[in-house]
Amino acid sequence: MPKVTIDGHTIEVPEGTTILEAARKIGGDIVPPTMCYYSKLKTSGGYCRTCLVKVSKGSEKDPRPMPKPVASCRQTVMDGMEVQNITSPEILDARAGVVEFLLINHPLDCPVCDQAGECNLQDLSYEHGHEVSRLDFRKRTFPMIDIGDKIKLHMNRCIMCYRCVKVAEQLCPERVHGVLNRGWDSEISTYIEQAVDNEWSGNMIDVCPVGALTDKTFRFKSRVWFTKPVDAHRNCPTCSGKVVLWYQGEEVLRVTGRKDQWGEVDEFICNECRFDKKKTSDWVIEGPRHIDRHSVISQNHYEELKKLKQDLSRQKKLGEKAHN
Amino acid sequence: MSRKLLLDNLDKPGIQSLTGYSDNGGYEALRKALQMKPEEIVSEVQKSGLRGRGGAGFPTGMKWSFIAKPEGVPRYLVCNADESEPGTFKDRYLMEHKPHILIEGMIISSFALGANTSYIYIRGEMMYVFHILQKAIDEAYAAGYLGKNILGSGFNLDLHVHCGAGAYICGEETALIESLEGKRGNPRIKPPFPAVKGLWGCPTVVNNVETIAAVVPIIKITGEEYAKIGIGKSTGTKLISASGHINKPGVYEIELGVPVEEFIYSDAYCGGIKNGKQLKAVVAGGSSVPVLPAHLILKTAAGEPRLMTYESLADGGFATGTMLGSGGFIVMDEDTSVVKNLWTFAHFYHHESCGQCSPCREGTGWMYRILNKILNGKGEMKDIDLLWNIQGNIEGKTICPLGDAAAWPVASSIRHFRSEFEAYINNHGMKDVKHYYRLNNLQEA
Amino acid sequence: MSANKNIQFSDDALALVQKIINRYPEGKQKSALLPILHIAQAEFDGWLSPEVMDYVASLLKIQSIEVYEVATFYSMFNMKPVGKCLIEVCRTGPCWLMGAEDVVRYIEKKLGIKAGETTADGMFTLKTVECLASCGTAPMMQIGETYHENLTLEKVDAILNDHKNQGNRRTHWEKDKVKP
Ligand SMILES: Cc1cc2nc3c(=O)[nH]c(=O)nc-3n(C[C@H](O)[C@H](O)[C@H](O)COP(=O)(O)O)c2cc1C
Ligand code: SF4
Ligand code: FES
Ligand code: FES
Repeated sequence: MPKVTIDGHTIEVPEGTTILEAARKIGGDIVPPTMCYYSKLKTSGGYCRTCLVKVSKGSEKDPRPMPKPVASCRQTVMDGMEVQNITSPEILDARAGVVEFLLINHPLDCPVCDQAGECNLQDLSYEHGHEVSRLDFRKRTFPMIDIGDKIKLHMNRCIMCYRCVKVAEQLCPERVHGVLNRGWDSEISTYIEQAVDNEWSGNMIDVCPVGALTDKTFRFKSRVWFTKPVDAHRNCPTCSGKVVLWYQGEEVLRVTGRKDQWGEVDEFICNECRFDKKKTSDWVIEGPRHIDRHSVISQNHYEELKKLKQDLSRQKKLGEKAHN
Repeated sequence: MSRKLLLDNLDKPGIQSLTGYSDNGGYEALRKALQMKPEEIVSEVQKSGLRGRGGAGFPTGMKWSFIAKPEGVPRYLVCNADESEPGTFKDRYLMEHKPHILIEGMIISSFALGANTSYIYIRGEMMYVFHILQKAIDEAYAAGYLGKNILGSGFNLDLHVHCGAGAYICGEETALIESLEGKRGNPRIKPPFPAVKGLWGCPTVVNNVETIAAVVPIIKITGEEYAKIGIGKSTGTKLISASGHINKPGVYEIELGVPVEEFIYSDAYCGGIKNGKQLKAVVAGGSSVPVLPAHLILKTAAGEPRLMTYESLADGGFATGTMLGSGGFIVMDEDTSVVKNLWTFAHFYHHESCGQCSPCREGTGWMYRILNKILNGKGEMKDIDLLWNIQGNIEGKTICPLGDAAAWPVASSIRHFRSEFEAYINNHGMKDVKHYYRLNNLQEA
Repeated sequence: MSANKNIQFSDDALALVQKIINRYPEGKQKSALLPILHIAQAEFDGWLSPEVMDYVASLLKIQSIEVYEVATFYSMFNMKPVGKCLIEVCRTGPCWLMGAEDVVRYIEKKLGIKAGETTADGMFTLKTVECLASCGTAPMMQIGETYHENLTLEKVDAILNDHKNQGNRRTHWEKDKVKP
């Protein structure tokens, strides 16, 4: 089995493992952030470039470094490979650049976005982004559309991770939505008004890393941090029936899959479980769910970070003034 | 005058047709090749030192030797006739005037690679050339050069033309393969490389039109003879597309190694700068390569004369050098605005980005908008550094080299012509800027 | 997708479609998509309506979304109706150096439209496009499959007048080439 060293931690992994998966096995700070990769979806990853790392030694056989940063979610390890993630200043810079690219067309509407608190982009920009926006032109905008009666598409927020397309391709019997247009103008759409409707389509909501695809049966009812997640299951003929119920008081506001520490669901769930089973009596309750992935999922943490950032940028501005 | 291996006999009547081509030595190389073993052809191409003419300059013989040969799996040869790099028009010229040299090259190369079905992927805009190629293919079938048991050799080959539909990115080989499969032209994430998994998952070689055509003279005169032309690792002849402010724009076949100065000023080639003006800058290898000011294109930083070879043009790295690229030689006179030229390129890459990866999708659009702002007289000094920073954040971080291709013109324009950006920002010469801005109904930035 | 009954290729076009499909291995008929969309534009007024795309999807036995995704990616496919004569003027560097913007401005003035627009009589649409590999004969424009090179304003005048008089639709895949 090949041995790989990432930021000084060495691990042995099966042939064909990606750098990212090896890093996740090691765990901790050295795991590259991901926005488009999803281990449960084949051929996902490679698009967003947030997981770029530096390969400072190719392998035992060919120790030359790789000339460019590589997407750790797609690059497989070689025996003797040495990788730098957070120990490489270039990589941290490159990542800040990528985050900036992802944000230049992303609306800064976190306060009204129903994904706030569980948005991977929000986390990413707090942890890896620049502080000041250097952008001074209009962002691209799209109208909001309903794709069916259960899912809303807010294209302005989309970062083109392709995950929902892969869900449709790999889980659903037929794909009716996809990526239209090219480049800057690319968008996720159905082209002609058409409902995305089949028993697995709801998983598009769970895999969306931002607030572009949202659950219409949940929207605007509550901020995530006011809801209480509870593990529950039922005997479902279609899927595993293992879900998280999100409660406000006695009311189930929404049902989602169970996400692991990387923000990926353990198992995909069917639309019946997600959209139609919203009574406590539909479920066997297992107990409260411990959420450890989303650093900003609790409002407190979110507010703290915001304040910290503001303080920092104020200090920076003061410093600049003093200089001039 | 350079020796002509590709553009010879262009003045002969009917050279576009099979009879005219055959009357002038056409398909002799094919007869010779079919007497050889496929490996011998590959080795002949290796000996010739031929390097890919599509832009990257990768040794063709080596590329051919990489093709995987699993039992029972077909192999494919695909000719890249997508020619969309601004400044490049040599492939169109060759296919239009001498289509049969490409067909002959395709048959020989397919035989060498063991491909029994091959495709020519031509950009959709060149539909009239598509029909010229189709006619040439039909003639070749009728003459027994294509189809079953070609010239009694036992070798079978079906050759088809396939048309694209307007997308520069389909020139990138894996995007081209996707497009040939009837999909969006999104480059694939490598590895696997096409030599292992290409068209429909089968081993595939993608080569430029000129590369494949060059196989014909290589077989005719032998690889060794071919390698005697040129200098060092830049062997053979190369088609250069010359455009811009010169007296004689057009396609020239040069022996690699001609001095750049001779190429620009000699009557055998560009014939000097139009209207007796001075040379300001040159983009030597298609829009993607760094632009160089006159003094650096004529001589290297060390003061040596710059030659038309892969190595000499690259001398000095990106600090003072450039690349031969696809041979799109764009000349600008003293009155040209490098900033405006860059603005057209920035629009191009923004328009052509496939949109898969974020640095290219967002970065190209961002750079274009900043240049728009500068051209519109609203630029600020910090925008120059911002442009520099954005191009750096794109370069090397993308799935395919289009990101680099978008970054390099920006970097080189700033590197060598920073004062011109500053002049724009200080509102000098703004009067003649307004109308360029209107060219595409551009809204204000 | 249920294809609209009014949408149907001519017999010639259908035979050509079959011939094109045969160029690709069994089961890989999706490869024929780009050429067939070109033919569809020639057959149906120079643009691709959702109904036409659904029809093409049914011919190739693929999902409609696969056609939409592809059609909207490539710049030669028109997703909206265009004039009978689509004028495509190259705007990229080398053509710009040689005065492409004068050509665009001249046509805009002559036709009373801006780039991207169609004349009220539906005769002309003006579009600016990126490098068409004709930089040595710049400035240039394309109409149908024809490259008009080394343009002067007089030449442009003559070409537009010609088209006005002929009045027939031009598409990249010329309709008279839709023969098997
Ligand atoms: C964005 C992009 C566009 C390209 N366009 C072309 C092209 O139009 N024609 C071409 O031959 N090669 C083009 N290439 C290079 C091809 O990817 C590939 O290297 C080439 O076809 C290989 O053939 P060669 O080895 O014969 O040069 C392009 C590459 C990139 C990244
Ligand atoms: S670099 Fe640009 S063109 Fe290439 S894959 Fe990324 S987005 Fe597409
Ligand atoms: S997570 Fe690896 S590129 Fe997006
Ligand atoms: S720039 Fe116009 S044809 Fe190349």
